[in-house]
Amino acid sequence: MSIAYQIVVCAGIVPDPLQTLEPVAASTGPALKNEMMLPAVLDPWASHALYEAANLAKNALGSKVWLVSLGPKAKLQQVMMTVAQKVPFELVALDGSASGFTDATETAAALADAIAAIPGLDKSRLLVFGGWESASRGAGATMQIVGERLGIVDQFQSVDELKVTTDGSLEILERIEGGKHQVSKCAGAPALLGWATGNLPEPKNNPQVGMVNMRTVMPALQKAKSTKLAGEGLTFDSVTQPKQLRETKIVRDKSPDDIAQEIVEWIKK
Amino acid sequence: METILLLMHTEADGSLAKSAREALHAAATLHKSLTGSRLVVGLVGENVQAAANSIASCPAVKYFGVGGEDFSQSRYASDAAAAEAICKASGAAIVVSPATSRFARCLAGVAQRLGGRADTHVTGIAEADGKISINRWYYRQRMEAVLTRTQRPWFILIDPGSQPACQCGSGTASVENVVVQLSDACKRTTVVGLREPVADVQTIRPEAALLFVAGAGWTKKQADGQTHLPEAEKHILDFLKLTRASLGSSKSLVDQSGEGQAVLSFLSHLNQVGQTGSTPRHPRGLATCCHGEEPHTVGWRFIAERRAINLDPNCGWARGKADVLYVTDAFAVMAKVNELLAANRGA
Repeated sequence: MSIAYQIVVCAGIVPDPLQTLEPVAASTGPALKNEMMLPAVLDPWASHALYEAANLAKNALGSKVWLVSLGPKAKLQQVMMTVAQKVPFELVALDGSASGFTDATETAAALADAIAAIPGLDKSRLLVFGGWESASRGAGATMQIVGERLGIVDQFQSVDELKVTTDGSLEILERIEGGKHQVSKCAGAPALLGWATGNLPEPKNNPQVGMVNMRTVMPALQKAKSTKLAGEGLTFDSVTQPKQLRETKIVRDKSPDDIAQEIVEWIKK
Repeated sequence: METILLLMHTEADGSLAKSAREALHAAATLHKSLTGSRLVVGLVGENVQAAANSIASCPAVKYFGVGGEDFSQSRYASDAAAAEAICKASGAAIVVSPATSRFARCLAGVAQRLGGRADTHVTGIAEADGKISINRWYYRQRMEAVLTRTQRPWFILIDPGSQPACQCGSGTASVENVVVQLSDACKRTTVVGLREPVADVQTIRPEAALLFVAGAGWTKKQADGQTHLPEAEKHILDFLKLTRASLGSSKSLVDQSGEGQAVLSFLSHLNQVGQTGSTPRHPRGLATCCHGEEPHTVGWRFIAERRAINLDPNCGWARGKADVLYVTDAFAVMAKVNELLAANRGA
């Protein structure tokens, strides 16, 4: 039994993880130093969600993938130049802050409204994907709230695997404590899945896919709705970097045997 | 008078996990400092009485419970319904919970239902002049914020390992049963089981006293120009067996499997620590053959005592991040470490 899914992937953008990040106080609350200058990437876990969505769409004839993203329009355009070459999707863009210091509830409200406004949305075929946490706020809250606002109560977080069984039900593996997975069976769509890493490698850039995607990406960016996240009721008293440096004792002149002895004594301490 | 609800779930055997007692410590501490507040407990599980009894000497004035077979499973729809019902029954303004996978999956959704807010991965709660503030980390543990909220109910999910566990004793608790009728729509999902590696292959041990971090250097060519993967696997697995340490891995090592390169067979993404992995909490950490700069080292942000073995004395993983850096060959050291540990065990 093959179902033509409507797969909506929520994916934010974050500073490239290799960048040095420093908090600063802005008029609107905490921000990152030179935030608009930092190179951005699609959030890593959300990227996995996108790859899984594309893979599912490829295997379920007639399925389609939308990518819903909230971020500064210029940054979204920069990130889409790369992401659009990975897998086929239609972009739904929202122009607003992608900062980790924004409120998950407000972000989720904007995303849910954008999803609900997708023309022809059929909830009986809807799968909402996203990263289970972001590399910015890292709360694991946004997707749950999106699901609640869309009336989806079959929700799964930290997902590593999704299988569509022959009867159309979904078998889902979620990470739980202690390196284990919980296996659940869901009757089918609608469902919401917050992905961890999944099992798929990053797709290679495909310029042909990029060209097809860009036909919808640029118009989507042009009509991106301006989205204000006020942070109502939320006050940051401080945002600080932890003390970074330890006084490292560097041991160069001991034999492996002596070092081993020292390590064993330390472990047993 | 603000009501603080400590919301927990039972384990499969009806007991409370250590993370629940840690959340209890946080809630009880907040209750003690917040003048005029009252502490109540909410429990979700197949049978909650034993769990309530196990903490009966805590300062809670009331216990609420949602029990029954439908609530034995870790499932969004039923957990959210149970949590929502307990929150409404208690009238709680502040809800403190352990950030277990079960409750981390659903409590932000419950906050949405109740018009409140949720903060997860909270590492501290404080009160000053009647104002509650929390600590949590942003950008993958690279900066720490102190924040407050005006919205209520405010769900505060405590990161496991960030608080001491409450040592309150047992007794007999009177639990008010909160009835929750689940609709068929809430039963579309069924938990069918758990999947885990067999005991000897399970390398993730959250309760371990030591985190052993393996870096990509284990798979690189050694001084003789050859890679030594079988030896690397043996050294690491022997060490894990002898110490019962938990195994973490750098991203580069885990990613190699996705790129078709030789990797250590027992590693998966679940072992990954750092930027896109976990940030486990252990008293000690030993990093071996790890390379990389500051962003990657957040993987052992919450490791108290850190030592590293690396051939590069300037490695970003170690210098300024570890307490002790041994500049030497990890293969030679770990072989000897295992030999000594095995001898100690046999003695």
